[in-house]
Amino acid sequence: MSTVAPARRARRRQLDSSVIVGIALVAVIVVGAILVSTVGRNFFSPGNIRDILTGMSVLGFVAIGQTLVVLCASLDLSVPYVISLASLIGADLMAGNPANIPFAVLVVLVVAGAIGLANGLIVTKLKVNGFIATLGTGLIIKGYLDTNYKGTSGEVPYEFQLIGATGIGPVPVSTIIMLAVALLAAFFLARTRTGHHMFAVGGSDQVSRLSGLRTARPVIIAHVLCSISAALAGLLLASRLGVGSPTVGTQGGYDLLSIAAVVLGGTLLMGGRGSIWGTIGGVAIFAVMDSVMSVMQVNPFLKDVVRGVVIVAAVAIYTSRTVERRRPRFGPGGSVSEAGSKPIGDLAATKEGAVR
Amino acid sequence: MTTVSQAPPTTGDRLAAFARNLISPRGAVFLLLVVLLIAITVYNPSFAEPSQFIRFVQRVAPIAIVAIGQYFVIVGGEFDLSMGSLVTAQVVIAGNLIGQDDAKSIPVLLLMLVFGAFIGLINGLIVTFLKVPSFIVTLGMMLALLGGVLYWTGGAATGNPADSFREIGRGGIRDLPIIEILPWSVVVLVVVLVLAIWFSRRPFGRMIVAVGDNATTAAYGGARIWWVKSSAFIISSLSATVAGVLLVGYAGVHPSVGRGYEFIAITAVVLGGVVLGGGRGWVVAAAAGAFALEALFTLLNFAGVPSTYRDAVQGAIIILAVAYAATTFRARRKGHALEAPATHASPDAPPTSPEASQTSPEANQTSPAPRAKEPDATASARPAPIPSTQRADNETKGGL
Repeated sequence: MSTVAPARRARRRQLDSSVIVGIALVAVIVVGAILVSTVGRNFFSPGNIRDILTGMSVLGFVAIGQTLVVLCASLDLSVPYVISLASLIGADLMAGNPANIPFAVLVVLVVAGAIGLANGLIVTKLKVNGFIATLGTGLIIKGYLDTNYKGTSGEVPYEFQLIGATGIGPVPVSTIIMLAVALLAAFFLARTRTGHHMFAVGGSDQVSRLSGLRTARPVIIAHVLCSISAALAGLLLASRLGVGSPTVGTQGGYDLLSIAAVVLGGTLLMGGRGSIWGTIGGVAIFAVMDSVMSVMQVNPFLKDVVRGVVIVAAVAIYTSRTVERRRPRFGPGGSVSEAGSKPIGDLAATKEGAVR
Repeated sequence: MTTVSQAPPTTGDRLAAFARNLISPRGAVFLLLVVLLIAITVYNPSFAEPSQFIRFVQRVAPIAIVAIGQYFVIVGGEFDLSMGSLVTAQVVIAGNLIGQDDAKSIPVLLLMLVFGAFIGLINGLIVTFLKVPSFIVTLGMMLALLGGVLYWTGGAATGNPADSFREIGRGGIRDLPIIEILPWSVVVLVVVLVLAIWFSRRPFGRMIVAVGDNATTAAYGGARIWWVKSSAFIISSLSATVAGVLLVGYAGVHPSVGRGYEFIAITAVVLGGVVLGGGRGWVVAAAAGAFALEALFTLLNFAGVPSTYRDAVQGAIIILAVAYAATTFRARRKGHALEAPATHASPDAPPTSPEASQTSPEANQTSPAPRAKEPDATASARPAPIPSTQRADNETKGGL
């Protein structure tokens, strides 16, 4: 259900990868619930669940887009600045008037799309590594933000603030929108041609090109969608804060956290394999962890330590499984057909543990 | 660009080869550096005075040292995002443990070095044995180190270490002719650079490049991948430690010292033409990348560019520099030999060999041919090129 499956066996294996994330999530929830109960609080209280789901929504938006980019074997480090820019442009254009909302949202999405387009073109046409390209565009946006905005700016009308504030039962509207976007993205990956091409290009640029794909297009589209989803996160933050803020993206550390969530969700950092639902699972693990630590009033600095350790440990458990799982295919009895679109990418996987 | 590539490479024209080398990705950073330095001098003639210039070098020293450390990790095919946090951690450790007690300087310095090596070893072991991508490992280490240090100090690190310790970062040999003062940090930088050059020419240094280029073939060639990669991480952590020692003196103790150094270091290394993903690069060019970056900041400062625009200019320059390097690589691969195929990591490859620039386009497309000339470790680590993977690997690398 989660991702494209070149062969039926691959589908089972990929479902497995989502299952691992699910198991990890359940484990985190169980441990969290026990820990929370030790301080006399109820983990499953509606208030706590709402907190967790709210915590998921912003990072969820960013991570959905980041998943697409990472699948294409690129990276997007410019997301925090896109988030800040989106919150500022949105809040400025709305200026407290509900009638401006559609226009403001449209402009924000167009601007974000243009940034993503620039990222994609730099990565594909100028052949700049995604890491450097998006670091550069991020710095450019940061320069623009620092120059033109001295502090919070604009005003978000009450109607738009409701998106960040209301909920159906314990489920916030923002989380529902995020999950809907996740559904769209999963559908996009599993059922559209471009989605399939993303896996192919991420798996092996060379093989896809030799197979007749236009390798640039999926990467560009992934970058555009990533920037747009980051802009959605920015709009959501603006609706929560009531104003636009030039530091809201960087304060959250969304660039590295979203990448961590994507990898936690079982997506290979060198591309070609992964799923949206895994990413959502990774985001949920972060949200549960944060919530548990908040309830237990862990020192905020210690939170970072725990977060760092959990990221590494979780990915270590994950990779040790997948490495075992993948190896036999390249042995004497292995079925290379299952490798689908990325035999070379897998060699690269054994070669280096980093983005290229 | 095209005019140079059309220059007749027939005679052993050293000048043409030199020019080709200058505009090659490896040499471009030196050209950029010279242009930037000249531009700074135009804006501010006193910059060219030796005493001013040596101050500039002193300011660059920590960045260059971090970049040199990052070079070994990147050329080995990995990332080290934990350097900035490690610099912060070391600065805070020095501030808190040394205090005003001069006698503690040496033991704490040793402790810092051991701590740095330990962090690098952990990074390396997790990357190699648990197969976690180094991006994630060092990201986790970055969070954990920074959080740990801030937790330890309660968020507000205070207390500078004894002045004798800070002397390393801000003092120097005084009363010299011409340059007036030779800062210790410049001495440290020179020592580190010489060590790095020496190390990268040793068989083990070449092994790091070989592992970064293709770990599978390097392993077939007998390389102990885990030890090679772990040493690269240990080197980078030690260099972050040295940079931390310098920064304690230069900037004092503060939790924000060292923030963002990992990205600055990666930027500098990439500016130096080192290929992300490993296997290609030159440590001197990486250090030159750090100099170019700091020169760029200085230039923007002198040129009166609003400080808020500096980031934007920096971003644009990074993209352009890397795009230039990448497209040059691509041109070379397509056969428009812009430069001799000496772009790969071997720093002592003669840049002016006439037959190298005559290499046919076919040979350029499949780079094993020119690489076969490479001496010792790298060559032996590359037994028989597997045609498909070798080619894809090179094209991907070149495209980065």
